[in-house]
Amino acid sequence: MDHTASIFIELGGVLFCLGVIGHIASRVGVSPIPFYLIAGLAFGQGGLLSLGASEEFIETGAEIGVVLLLLTLGLEYTADELLHGLRKQAPSGAVDLLLNAAPGVGAAFVLGWGATAAVVMGGVTAISSSGIIAKVLGDLGRLGNRETPVVLSVLVIEDLAMAVYLPILTALLAHQTVARGSLTLAIALGALVTVLYVALKHSSKVTRLVFNPKSERNDEIILLRALGLALLVAGVAQRLQVSAAVGAFLVGIALSGPVAEGAREVLTPLRDLFAAVFFVFFGLHTDPAEIPPVLAAASVLALLGVATKVATGWWAARRAGIATLGRFRAGAELVARGEFSIVIAGLAVSAGVNTQLGPLAASYVLFMAVLGPLAARFVEPVTRAGMRRRNRKPTTPATGGPPVL
Amino acid sequence: MDVEETALPGIGLRHEFNTRAGRRIGVVSRHKGRRDLVIYDAEDPDSVAESLTLTAEESDVLSELLGAPHIVEKLADLSKAFAGLVGEQIQISPGSPYAGRLLGDTQARTRTGASIVAVVRDHQVLASPRPDFRFEADDVVVVVGTPDNTSAVADLFRTG
Repeated sequence: MDHTASIFIELGGVLFCLGVIGHIASRVGVSPIPFYLIAGLAFGQGGLLSLGASEEFIETGAEIGVVLLLLTLGLEYTADELLHGLRKQAPSGAVDLLLNAAPGVGAAFVLGWGATAAVVMGGVTAISSSGIIAKVLGDLGRLGNRETPVVLSVLVIEDLAMAVYLPILTALLAHQTVARGSLTLAIALGALVTVLYVALKHSSKVTRLVFNPKSERNDEIILLRALGLALLVAGVAQRLQVSAAVGAFLVGIALSGPVAEGAREVLTPLRDLFAAVFFVFFGLHTDPAEIPPVLAAASVLALLGVATKVATGWWAARRAGIATLGRFRAGAELVARGEFSIVIAGLAVSAGVNTQLGPLAASYVLFMAVLGPLAARFVEPVTRAGMRRRNRKPTTPATGGPPVL
Repeated sequence: MDVEETALPGIGLRHEFNTRAGRRIGVVSRHKGRRDLVIYDAEDPDSVAESLTLTAEESDVLSELLGAPHIVEKLADLSKAFAGLVGEQIQISPGSPYAGRLLGDTQARTRTGASIVAVVRDHQVLASPRPDFRFEADDVVVVVGTPDNTSAVADLFRTG
């Protein structure tokens, strides 16, 4: 009885605190993710308060959070949209991944962490936060902008890349060998292709597993079946060492039409809850004392991360025939990193890759989740000022020169 | 008119077009039924100057307000679309037996086979009038049916 009581008190306290800081974050207009991480840091090892009784629950909750994050990500996109994005923006996607993985990979080698950590850090710096970006685009009223489809397509390709990357990472973390790794990679790629094919040709059949679209919509059934199916597939994927997250992502893609929409609606509040738990869990397992030593590296990575994303967006928007201002907007909109960087780092931390990797990833995301929305907001005045200065330069000699007479 | 359609993965669809006056406007249709009405910047055609988020209900009202006058024009064109079917506009003269009476009283559909689909009053279109709709003199009644049926409705309003 006592145990239950302390679980409730701890969990209730944590969730209530998250609610309060989430409210503050939305008032200030920034993503709550960095605040959740800080809350986790405050509660965890070496923090202000330590959680004991509820740790086990939070750990399981965090795993469910990852599954839900990837499931709802898959639900966002139809297979059509994924393939269309791939066909149209593949070069931009390739530039994005190469350019943005480079700082992470470089940092791992410079710090002497080795090849596995380099693969992890590449993922951490490469993948933008589609959650933060979609919210920022909506909040700033930029959904109509011409660069928006370009930005979204880049995100789509990143998400597809994750479906390939996560199994590789899982294999690498589990076996540390290329041979076993390539087997699981083959399984994952096979599954991805199969799911995309099934989702394109027979999505109504998969969808019927969750709900019969012809009968009246029932949220309870959709919730239980969609979540059940995702957890089942995630579990099987994890057994095959393909990565639970990818399993959930594929379930999300395979579901389509009104059922996907219904599932997204009923799963979103659940995702918000468990994703918050996941961020707290990551913070819990990061010792705040380990943050200061990696702050310098994190700041350098953050600066590079801003630069490489701006360059990516600029290039992708230029390919789409968008003018200078729009190119910089596209770049700045892509800057935010968040949930997926933490998902990737979380896998590495639980595999015990490097004790400093967790703190570095946490502080990197703290910077990028705050910088991203700010960059998107202030890119217009900054670019305008830059362009004005540039335009003024050639005219300066004429006006400032000696009077002509 | 060229309406450009763009997919916004994860968000929905966007439709946009240029007005004759040279401005560009568009509608973002989100998955949840919400709509954003966007008006593009006159100087930077890549960006939105004004963006208005509408609920499903609000966008219905807006489309009705914008689209309603077209119903009459479209009906007038019906004869081209469906052979044998015409849309007729009949004005109710002050001396008509039905001026001031209910639509239900005319029993127009049973007596003539044509349907009254809209009434135009003071340049406003009242679409799908119900049987308890009361006609007034100078209302324009929009009737759809075969030429014989619609002229029977015209006779009905003239002589009763």
